[in-house]
Amino acid sequence: MRLPDLVRHAWAVARKDLLVEYRSRTAILAAIAFVVLVLIVFNFGRDPTAVSNVDLAPSILWVTFTFAAILALNRAFQLELENQALDGLLLAPIQRSSIYLGKLIANLAFVALIEVIGVPLLALFFNVRILPVMGPLAGVVALATVGFVTVGTLFSAMTVRTRFAELLLPVLLLPFMIPPLIWAVLATGRLFAARPLSEIEGWLKMLAAYDIVFVGIALLLFPATVNE
Amino acid sequence: MLRAEGLRHSFGAVRALDDVSFTVNPGQTLAVFGPNGAGKTTLLKVLAGLIQPQAGRAHVDGGRRAIGWIGHQPQLYGQLTVIENLRFWASLYDTHPNADLLARLGIQEHANRPVRALSRGLVQRVAIARALVHDPRVLLLDEPFTGLDRTAAEALSRLLGHHAAAGRATVLVTHNVEEGTELATDVAFMRNGRFVHCAPRSGRDPSDIAAEYRSAVA
Repeated sequence: MRLPDLVRHAWAVARKDLLVEYRSRTAILAAIAFVVLVLIVFNFGRDPTAVSNVDLAPSILWVTFTFAAILALNRAFQLELENQALDGLLLAPIQRSSIYLGKLIANLAFVALIEVIGVPLLALFFNVRILPVMGPLAGVVALATVGFVTVGTLFSAMTVRTRFAELLLPVLLLPFMIPPLIWAVLATGRLFAARPLSEIEGWLKMLAAYDIVFVGIALLLFPATVNE
Repeated sequence: MLRAEGLRHSFGAVRALDDVSFTVNPGQTLAVFGPNGAGKTTLLKVLAGLIQPQAGRAHVDGGRRAIGWIGHQPQLYGQLTVIENLRFWASLYDTHPNADLLARLGIQEHANRPVRALSRGLVQRVAIARALVHDPRVLLLDEPFTGLDRTAAEALSRLLGHHAAAGRATVLVTHNVEEGTELATDVAFMRNGRFVHCAPRSGRDPSDIAAEYRSAVA
């Protein structure tokens, strides 16, 4: 099968997922409500004289995105179990990697929307200046998001047929999310503190390497995870 | 066109398929009758390549592209309209939904309605359209008449008749001997994962087959 077929079928799956979510708006509204609520709670619950905003904001940002993303990842394959659509996808004459790639694209779009709403809210509540570092911040957010959504989409496929899928996914996923989250928190902290970009270069490279390795591993492993 | 050789498969201690072999040639329709838990759905999943058998092999000429599947569930997305569902599934087979197919199943006027707003019978008709959207050469049908009203059941029977007349092969599994007998060219009875009877229908009417089935699986 040629590469364009892989991409075309992946896009068909992603487009379908996004259309289903656009029509139902259940997961996205739940995730956005979660992000807003967490940021409000942290905003009013913190003691600004104890820890400075710049030190606190990166951790809160990434904890919020992590758990909001898990909401999206949980539903990624749940959708296919309803009415046994997963069997239809597996029966179709397409590469199984294209199903994974389609799910990954849809999940990335979903999490990106949450982040587009979450970052300005964080800037508002925590009074951190994001406009001067918007470009590098977008890079950090994009690289870290690709990393944990890549792993999360694979684990979502692995756990969806288990009885405790919603519990198992975070239990399996969170240990794999620790490295990219640490790098992302450290890099975001430096950006909020207006440190030179050279200080985050190493973490960006680590995030990029993590993405490349885990996208490759996930594409290889996914076909085995959906075998009955 | 479709060949099963010595298929064996177990789920733990439960033997779902136990040395099942048969061939379905172009134009043939094999109706497999069996009680719940006899292994019928597992047989179809093995034929479709959704389950790798622990022993034996299944072969379908043309591979996955040649297979159309109607299962217990419609494999449709409730939030999408009928035509959006069909376009999605057709795109995976690099084709487009055929307006004639929608007309033959009587779902043309429902094309722009979300699937979740349709009655169970209409959903089943859309599921049939989904299975036929790529004009498959082999049809695997798991209780296809479940949920259909009389009109839809007749429409499905006509479609399956045309399918067989066009030289396509069909395997139909059901626990209800009243369903699908008229369409069958060959009949098999399944019990505890084994074919206890497999023979051409040879002019037997549904009541004969029902009587033989009862004595075979009792």
